[in-house]
Amino acid sequence: MPRRRIHGKRDSPATVSVMPLNDLTAGTIGAVHRLLGGRLFASRLAALGVSIGVEVTVLRNNRSGPLVMMARGTRIALGRGEAGKVLVEVTSDVAGAGSGG
Amino acid sequence: MSREPVPAAEATVFRRGGDAPGRVVVALAGQPNVGKTTVFNLLTSGAQHVGNWPGKTVQREEGTCRVGALRLHVVDLPGTYSLTAASDEERIARDFILRERPPVVVLADATGMERSLYLLAEVSLLDVPVVLGLNMMDAADEQGIRIEPHVLEAALGVPVVPLVAVRGEGREELLAAIARVVADPARFHPRRPTIAREVLGTLRRLLEGHVPAPYDPEWVALKLLEGDEELLGAARSWLGPGGWDPVRRLLLAHEDAFLDVAGARYEWIERMVGAAVVRPRLGPVTITDRLDRIATHPMWGRLLLVVVLGLVFAATFTVGGPLQRWLDRSALTAVGATVDDALGWAPQWLRDLTVEGVIGGAGRVITLIPVLVVFFAGMAVLEDSGYLARAAFLLDGLMHRIGLHGKSFFPLFVGFGCNVPAVLASRVVESTRGRLLTILLTPLVPCTGRLVVVAFVGAVLFGDAAPLAALGLVAANLVVLAAVGVVFSRWVIRGEQEAFIMVLPLYHSPTLRSVARAAAMNTWAFVRRAGTLIVAASVVVWVLSNYPGPDPEHSVLATIGRAVEPLGQLMGMDWRLVVATLSGFVAKENVVATLGILYGAKASAGLDAALAAAVPPASGLAFLVVQMLFIPCVSTIVAMRQETGRWRWPLVSTGLLLVVALAGGTVTYQAARLLGVGV
Repeated sequence: MPRRRIHGKRDSPATVSVMPLNDLTAGTIGAVHRLLGGRLFASRLAALGVSIGVEVTVLRNNRSGPLVMMARGTRIALGRGEAGKVLVEVTSDVAGAGSGG
Repeated sequence: MSREPVPAAEATVFRRGGDAPGRVVVALAGQPNVGKTTVFNLLTSGAQHVGNWPGKTVQREEGTCRVGALRLHVVDLPGTYSLTAASDEERIARDFILRERPPVVVLADATGMERSLYLLAEVSLLDVPVVLGLNMMDAADEQGIRIEPHVLEAALGVPVVPLVAVRGEGREELLAAIARVVADPARFHPRRPTIAREVLGTLRRLLEGHVPAPYDPEWVALKLLEGDEELLGAARSWLGPGGWDPVRRLLLAHEDAFLDVAGARYEWIERMVGAAVVRPRLGPVTITDRLDRIATHPMWGRLLLVVVLGLVFAATFTVGGPLQRWLDRSALTAVGATVDDALGWAPQWLRDLTVEGVIGGAGRVITLIPVLVVFFAGMAVLEDSGYLARAAFLLDGLMHRIGLHGKSFFPLFVGFGCNVPAVLASRVVESTRGRLLTILLTPLVPCTGRLVVVAFVGAVLFGDAAPLAALGLVAANLVVLAAVGVVFSRWVIRGEQEAFIMVLPLYHSPTLRSVARAAAMNTWAFVRRAGTLIVAASVVVWVLSNYPGPDPEHSVLATIGRAVEPLGQLMGMDWRLVVATLSGFVAKENVVATLGILYGAKASAGLDAALAAAVPPASGLAFLVVQMLFIPCVSTIVAMRQETGRWRWPLVSTGLLLVVALAGGTVTYQAARLLGVGV
């Protein structure tokens, strides 16, 4: 599984953007940059495969209610509030891919 | 929190491995949805025992099997993603491993190995011999994931066994691997992830010498960094105030250290997996992706959900309903007649008590079985196929508004079958607050017991419009449920809403065996809990409604009913309807039986006519509204007490529903009277 470190190779700083997961449309791929929301939250996410630097793909973001992302081959549903606490460095923005709502 | 993680009394109940010669305890661990139950059944088919973990409501399954001269006692640990004490399940799993140090079979999902190996990384810290089972190899094949078990075996230092448990593939190999590990346990301890973080070392030095067996300072240090509340409490009492203070300050200064630990674990996992697993560059579009395009779609998904839930109900009442009526009309009547004949020598009162009280009461339980079996089978199909997680996903937004989250949908839906297993099912909700709220709302979900009353009385009062009336009543109940949820989550059980984090498993077709098992176990749980109570209660009701006599008009029950009648009159209900409602406290199914006794009709057919003649539609409707909202039955109250650990919550629920039911009935009746309908 490809892994992208936050401080790894960057083409140009201008293309890099860190955004909360719930602002990303379906199809967006990024690397987890930070987890806000405390130890237990982070440890629960870690047990499901979400750790710093891991590549995640947004599979569905219906604009209201929870969203679905894929990390390490696992589909994970996250509540909107929780998704806001996952900051992602966007690596490939496939606008319009999948379905948004 | 300062309770000891492993109370001594609890630990002694675990059976020791060395009890009998050649008998070895083996623990089966794995994350949810890796097919652990299937593997457990595969290993121990036919020789299983189901109980509860001591002091807990979590189900404990054990079974035995043989490999050569070796007798394995397999303990199925609860499915957990990790071993941080965030839930009862995780606490049980790790306490068992810590106490027993058994060989552990860790099951992994071959399609999501990194995540599955996280649990292995945790188990490896507990210093036990391990076998890694890679289940769902067929699904991995389909996705083009190539796995070399031997390479993984060499990297981890433990036997790795590929499995396709649903097809029974890999059983012998797994047993052989367990035998190898049992024969030479010291050789098969998995390599541990080395986590060289400064803060971990400092923490471990602070803990050294204070951590009692069976704990390991390094493991405790890791768990403290993870924010494990149980061990935080334990460490505080081990260290005393003087020793705890530097630890507390260190933890505060390194809030983010856990992210490092998790990162290091995954680095280790990636190293282990790296050479052994080849993934296709681009994941194929799987069946799961295709199905999810519809199932999680904001519009089509909701439509599908309505259809699916509708099908479960339709199946429940078209398959279960006729069976229930058949049992009621033919089987039970025949049994009653036979017993009555057999008791020809006995005095009349004993014959009546046996036939009407005991057999009538047992009949109430037995006739519910077909309905419950079909309903629980439907639930099991939805759960095993992976669809239930999608339902929870779709309903999370809606549930959020009443202070719950998506996962609460599952217990509430089970409530339509029976409120008792629904209260137990609330365990899927992790936070105490969310669980409590779910439990308090459960009695507002109309169970089959109440739906049966509505179907029966509704048909008498409304004829062809009965299904419509029933639907309206169910809808009204859900509105009340939502309203109570809003009020309780804002003002009564306040607190932060629980994080909604849930895995959407791959879809797969459920097996007949697992569905049959789930249906049988849930139904049996109901029969066992409610069965004896209902029989006892119907005997009591029968006695109360026949003594001192000579007829129900002059009974103890009638006296009680007349005393409460003024309250009933607000709702247009006479004393008989009041008494029937009260008898529902014992079990909702009792209501029809009591009506039968009070309106002097023995066969159901006779009761139709008697009710139609005696109860005006407005009163009938009010009566039905009250049925739907009235206090939980005894079994539900007992279950609530068990799950919340206190009497407070069942009492709150009872008081609340008493008020709600009274208000609902009064409003319905008075409104109908004002409108001049059906008086």
